Amino acid sequence: MKLIEKEIIMDKEEIERTLLRLTHEILERNKGIKDLVLIGIRTGGVYLAERMRAKITTIEKAQVPLGIIDITLYRDDFATGLPRPLVGKTEIPFPLKDKKVILIDDVLYTGRTVRAAMDALIDFGRPKFIQLAVLIDRGHRELPIQADYVGKKVTTLPEEDVQVYFREAGEEDRAVIRVRVS
Amino acid sequence: MNAPQAEKINLNQTSNQPKIKWKRKDLLGIAELDPAEIELILNTAESFKEISSREIKKVPTLRGKTVINLFFEPSTRTRTSFEIAAKRLSADAVNISTSTSSVVKGETLIDTAKNLEAMNPDCIVIRHSASGAPHLLARLMKVPIINAGDGAHEHPTQALLDLFTVREKLGHLAGLKIVIAGDILHSRVARSNIFGFLKMGAEVHLTGPRTMRPPEIEKLGVCWHTSLKEIIPEADVIMMLRLQLERQEGGFFPTLREYSRLFGLNMELMKETKPGVLIMHPGPINRGVEISPEVADGPFSVILDQVTNGVAVRMALLYLLVGGTE
Repeated sequence: MKLIEKEIIMDKEEIERTLLRLTHEILERNKGIKDLVLIGIRTGGVYLAERMRAKITTIEKAQVPLGIIDITLYRDDFATGLPRPLVGKTEIPFPLKDKKVILIDDVLYTGRTVRAAMDALIDFGRPKFIQLAVLIDRGHRELPIQADYVGKKVTTLPEEDVQVYFREAGEEDRAVIRVRVS
Repeated sequence: MNAPQAEKINLNQTSNQPKIKWKRKDLLGIAELDPAEIELILNTAESFKEISSREIKKVPTLRGKTVINLFFEPSTRTRTSFEIAAKRLSADAVNISTSTSSVVKGETLIDTAKNLEAMNPDCIVIRHSASGAPHLLARLMKVPIINAGDGAHEHPTQALLDLFTVREKLGHLAGLKIVIAGDILHSRVARSNIFGFLKMGAEVHLTGPRTMRPPEIEKLGVCWHTSLKEIIPEADVIMMLRLQLERQEGGFFPTLREYSRLFGLNMELMKETKPGVLIMHPGPINRGVEISPEVADGPFSVILDQVTNGVAVRMALLYLLVGGTE
């Protein structure tokens, strides 16, 4: 079984424009950068968070803190006998107490990753609130979770796979739908 | 204002990890591990270290799992470290020390272990005065076994935390000169560290009283030196061993004072060391015997970092051995 690319849903320019829009929405809704922190979910979310932070720096002429969260240790399928995933580092070198946390991921699907990330975040202190920003919402939620900022809503079939590639990982920026072929 | 800190974040940390999977049921010694496995443990431990500095020092990963610490020899550091590691992963830790167990009623090791296994634990951590005791249990039982020190044989988790500490402080392991000094003959810490550092590409130099030199030790690929003074100027790491008075019947050296004068690390000898040398000790320290208090508490000592890192390394091992199945 392997995956083949069926359709490009966002190209390089579209991703950049969308990130700029999301950044403006975040700044508008939160009235600037006071108490704002960005947390990217490893790995795609971290690249997006980095880029959004750079855009905030250009717009607001000031930097916001950026953290990284790895959700492996908070997964709900850990005890069910799946192969042990490698654990990445969580790096949040600042307190979250009373902060406005923007949690960032590339694709929102079942909502289980976001659930795990929220559990992990709250172990670092009690934020004022957590808002969720995603590049793509592909539907098929299994938990009552929704994003505050959505780059693009895409209708997909459950058996399809949505993948975002990043230049930081040596790929050309793009988001694609992939299908399994046997 | 927090931004400069955030700059240090390494985006590609996960991609540098070796793409190997943990396959062993037990951790019995360093001798049987290959370098990629050691690296996997150290990299995993790196991700766990940060958990101990959080406001809530606990992750839910091993919720519902039970870890039994079965200690047939006294221990503060190792037993507490395993217990804290288990608890920070949300596992339940049960501690059994032999003075309060049925061992005093004459129960054999195998019977004790079989009875514990009947209560369905998910991991047994064992320390025993007989070399090979953990290996015996590992053969007889389905539950993962971690060797927390067996006689004068191996103490793998100590070696892993030592490797972790050196790698953390100096950035790498290959090419370093590691000096291990003191009671080599009775030291399982020395044995595990010799295997570990050699496998990771470091040079290992040993020194101590002639009476405490294991026969044919060079066959392991190490160099023996007759005095600490002769090797100290080149050392990147100096690991002092505890004189294990409980494992010997005496006769290895004339007096403690003489031992300390010839093989103890003191401020006088520290003048000869390289700048930035790491001073290590597995604990417990005999202050004024193998290491002087000023050195143990001095600026080059990483003795307490070793203890801190022990928790992260043991969390990583419990994660690899207990978490999930493959």
